[in-house]
Amino acid sequence: MSDFPFLTVLTVLPLVGALVVALLPVGADLLAKRVALGWSLLVLVITIVMCLGFEANGDRFQFVDSYAWIPQFGARFDFGVDGIALVMLALIGVLVPVVVLASWHDAEPGRRSVKTFFALLLALESTMVGVFAATDVFLFYVFFEAMLVPMYFLIGSYGGPRRQYAAVKFFLYSLVGGLLMLAAVIGLYVASKGELGAGTFAFQNLVELNMDPDLQKWLFAGFFIAFAIKAPLFPFHTWLPDAGGQAPIGAAVLLVGVLDKVGTFGFLRYCLPLFPDATRSFAPLVFALALIGIFYGAFLAMGQSDLKRLVAYTSIAHFGFIAIGCFALTTQAGTGAVLYMVNHGLSTGALFLVVGFLAARRGSVLVQDFGGAAKLMPLIAGAFFIAGLSSLALPGTNSFVSEFLVLIGTYTVNSVVAIIATVGIVLAALYVLWMYQRTMQGPLNPAIPTTLPDLTRREAWVIGPVLALVLALGVYPKPVLDIITPAVQATMQDAGASDPTPTAISGGGK
Amino acid sequence: MRTEAATGVLSALWVLIALPLAGAAVLLLAGRRADRWGHVLGCLTSGTAFVLGLVQFFALRATEHRSVTLHLFDFIPVGDLKVDLGLLFDPLSAVFVLLITGVGTLIHVYSIGYMEHDPGRRRFFAYLNLFVAAMLLLVLGNNFVALYVGWEGVGLASYLLIAFWYDRPSAATAAKKAFLMNRVGDVGLAIAIFLLFAQLGTVSYEGVFAGVDKLNTATLTTVALLLLLGACGKSGQFPLQAWLPDAMEGPTPVSALIHAATMVTAGVYLIARTNPIFDLTHTGQTVVCAVGAITLLIGCIVGCAKDDIKRVLAYSTVSQIGYMFLAVGLGGPAYAIGIFHLLTHGFFKAGMFLGAGSVMHGMNDQVNIRRFGGLIRYMPVTAITFGLGYLAIIGFPGFAGYFSKDLIIEAAFDRPGWTGWLFGGIALFGAGLTAFYMSRLYFLTFLGKPRWTDDVHPHESPRSMTVPMIVLAIGSVAGGYVLKALGLFEWLNPVFGLAPDEHLHAERLSAAAVTAMTLVVVAAGIGIAYAMFLRRPVPVVAPAVTNPIVRAARNDLYANTVNEALFARPGQYLARALVYVDSRGVDGLVNGLAAMVGGTSSRLRRTQTGFVRSYALTMLGGAVLVVAALLVVRVG
Repeated sequence: MSDFPFLTVLTVLPLVGALVVALLPVGADLLAKRVALGWSLLVLVITIVMCLGFEANGDRFQFVDSYAWIPQFGARFDFGVDGIALVMLALIGVLVPVVVLASWHDAEPGRRSVKTFFALLLALESTMVGVFAATDVFLFYVFFEAMLVPMYFLIGSYGGPRRQYAAVKFFLYSLVGGLLMLAAVIGLYVASKGELGAGTFAFQNLVELNMDPDLQKWLFAGFFIAFAIKAPLFPFHTWLPDAGGQAPIGAAVLLVGVLDKVGTFGFLRYCLPLFPDATRSFAPLVFALALIGIFYGAFLAMGQSDLKRLVAYTSIAHFGFIAIGCFALTTQAGTGAVLYMVNHGLSTGALFLVVGFLAARRGSVLVQDFGGAAKLMPLIAGAFFIAGLSSLALPGTNSFVSEFLVLIGTYTVNSVVAIIATVGIVLAALYVLWMYQRTMQGPLNPAIPTTLPDLTRREAWVIGPVLALVLALGVYPKPVLDIITPAVQATMQDAGASDPTPTAISGGGK
Repeated sequence: MRTEAATGVLSALWVLIALPLAGAAVLLLAGRRADRWGHVLGCLTSGTAFVLGLVQFFALRATEHRSVTLHLFDFIPVGDLKVDLGLLFDPLSAVFVLLITGVGTLIHVYSIGYMEHDPGRRRFFAYLNLFVAAMLLLVLGNNFVALYVGWEGVGLASYLLIAFWYDRPSAATAAKKAFLMNRVGDVGLAIAIFLLFAQLGTVSYEGVFAGVDKLNTATLTTVALLLLLGACGKSGQFPLQAWLPDAMEGPTPVSALIHAATMVTAGVYLIARTNPIFDLTHTGQTVVCAVGAITLLIGCIVGCAKDDIKRVLAYSTVSQIGYMFLAVGLGGPAYAIGIFHLLTHGFFKAGMFLGAGSVMHGMNDQVNIRRFGGLIRYMPVTAITFGLGYLAIIGFPGFAGYFSKDLIIEAAFDRPGWTGWLFGGIALFGAGLTAFYMSRLYFLTFLGKPRWTDDVHPHESPRSMTVPMIVLAIGSVAGGYVLKALGLFEWLNPVFGLAPDEHLHAERLSAAAVTAMTLVVVAAGIGIAYAMFLRRPVPVVAPAVTNPIVRAARNDLYANTVNEALFARPGQYLARALVYVDSRGVDGLVNGLAAMVGGTSSRLRRTQTGFVRSYALTMLGGAVLVVAALLVVRVG
């Protein structure tokens, strides 16, 4: 099975699916939905088979596929996954069918074609897989930019009332970041040419370079800004609430759940291993921005009256934790950051999905249009609550493990940052519980029609698997941790970092 | 302390947690189908856990080291960090297991009757089961992370149960407040865990306690104070006490189980469990004592001024846990005394809360003691069981509290230096105040003339409620003597690094002297209450007062005002201000920039046709440039 070109197939297959769905006859909406769902489930099955074949302690990059592309400057179709990319592919594989099923009726009220919506979702899946699977920096860049296109149309054609503004803002922000990264990619190529004789984009070769620290800083900055916009870190975040608030629910789940992770994934895959000296110089800045983000995102989440924007702002707070974990340069913090990426995709995905259920019923996502809704829809309220508990990282849910790892790993090298970040968990409890109180508790808002139904069977299939994963990863995260840890250790080794020995044991305590 | 791997019946320790957890899961997932039998299942899981706990308790007595561990699975193994999910069953966790499942089961049974007419009864039992499971994990975990998981788990259960009647805004708000103030404490506990890992490379009790002597004093004190912060949050101790009285918004059985007998004592458990750390930091111990002393006074003072039966009991809980903190802060033989008081308090306070629930049950859910009076004739079982709890808490000779509380006062006086006189004096004064406010509560509720509203018809509660009350009343009477006679101290002492027969030998003031002084202040408290509330008619509306102390006490010593002014309101302002800054400032800058670029590009755009296409064209142009640039580099 190891010869099977998993990554090529996983990248190409959804694109074929997108074409198939797009070419279905006009009006065959139900067929389009079914094909899209079946296709995404097929991708999920292949992803699961691949994950089972992954050897946690085997080679760093597995399922390597390599094809010639642009021989003139050494760009290749190089695919390969380490443990970090693998878990992201697993997240994509799970979330896309969930999103397809969740979006069943979402494209219907608009004027745009229903089948195009589902074709765009599959096209998006193809680019998302590609961006995590690419080990050629140029290929990575191409996928990085290509991701924008389906997402742009998903937001701009199927989003809320201010979708045009949000879509263009999203596009421009990402484009600016992308161009900076492109400059850095070219710079990297030039540097490799200078040192190796022949220019290359292959990660495996680039990581061997010994770049001048000053050059590192410039190239680091190019990558970093692109990733910081994507992640997004404060102060590059203002596109996210608009995009997340205006995007159709399915797109919002993938936008915040997966697309944004390309930023933090980029930190780990490219910034740390390629520019170890620059990473050290910039780490304090990243910590500062991340800490601001944790508090800033939390306070802004409290101040929102729109549930989708609220969830988007909570994500900014969470990204602060992930960024800290990436730049702390310890095994625990790095592993925590990667696990956090997966967990955040699940917990924020769940929150967005429930908000979507509410919006479909009430025709509004404004907090004041709810109140006491748990009386009418106890199951939806329960799902909302569990998703919220995951967002506030309660032990027993997935996010606790990742947040704990980030904080404990950071504490060993930078206790001040870890302590300040830990205070943020109080605010997380506040925005989640307050959101729940304002929408679900208290007397039933008389403006809510009492005929609104509780969770439907389709919705149960949407939210059920996500919540099951939230709890399963909260209780037994070991299988996932075992996959992530070696990849993070390799990354830390590239970055020239090693875990500190316990202070008291090493004799520094007394 | 040496430990061994669990074998035989002890290898089923996990079942203790799994049973109530499975109960909760079934009750929540089965939905309305389980409405008819849900409460029975809830009682069965808890009751079975109690029986199993009892069997395991005796099995533990038969082991050599009286301490067994059971490894369940690797929870978070990353690099050098090894977090196991493992259980530790030793004398300390064993008594907690029996308290939690024993009192827990009684309260489950009581709730069958108490919640009989509530449409959400199944959900109530699910949450109670969830609580029991989380609390058992808290006391059984063999490392700090497992403790933390249980710690936040009981916080969740507490939140769910306080907000059980979630359509009441006051209940929802109280639940949120409880969770938040607990989380403030949890930050301390979490940072303590990080610090221990950074210093010692482990989070297991065994590893940490073996390495504490490698830590310097400053680190030890820091860890101790961080743990204390966590303990204060969970146990409603100063300065995080304000959530506990509000938590009375939950159904009364919840107040009895979680906010009196078990969960709020978790802070005492934490300090007792981490005794190797506290033993090495005198400063840390002094702060624990001070927190306990301050809190016991706060609880007593406010307790004197409240007219709500549950709030008086809540403040009484705050105050009694203050006694326990004082005890575990004193260290040495006083650890076991603190746990002793925790157990007796579990009996008499849970019993009194159930009594309060019974009173409310018979009085249309009214809670104002100024509107009670003379209920002893109408609900004799409630009045007598409550009365026995009352005698226990004030330390009436022979009753449970007489044994446990007097020992704390005695130990406090015995602390070397002036702090001994201070803490002992406060504890003694608190005993007098306790006698006063509890007498006031008892007199106003059960004795004197009826002052009822016209619509009430008080009646005794059903058997399912009175039986648990009777059982707990027996514990209130005999618990102190029996536990002592059965050798509780000898049983617990090894956990605290003491020889089994090491007892408190008060040197400063003899036990007899302390007992005599205590009896005098208690008698004075009762006497004053008698003069004020039994001999004189009681107004049904609280008289306006000018006395600043009474006014402060009625306002919870302004704890809520301070929290509001320091945290809640600035937080709201900050959130509002930041929303403005984000939309006008950060985003305004971006949009301004965009407008500028847009202005330029609209001039450029005249040669072009449209929207995204123009960007696409730009991208294409850019791509051509890139390829060109690369080719140049390659050639050059």
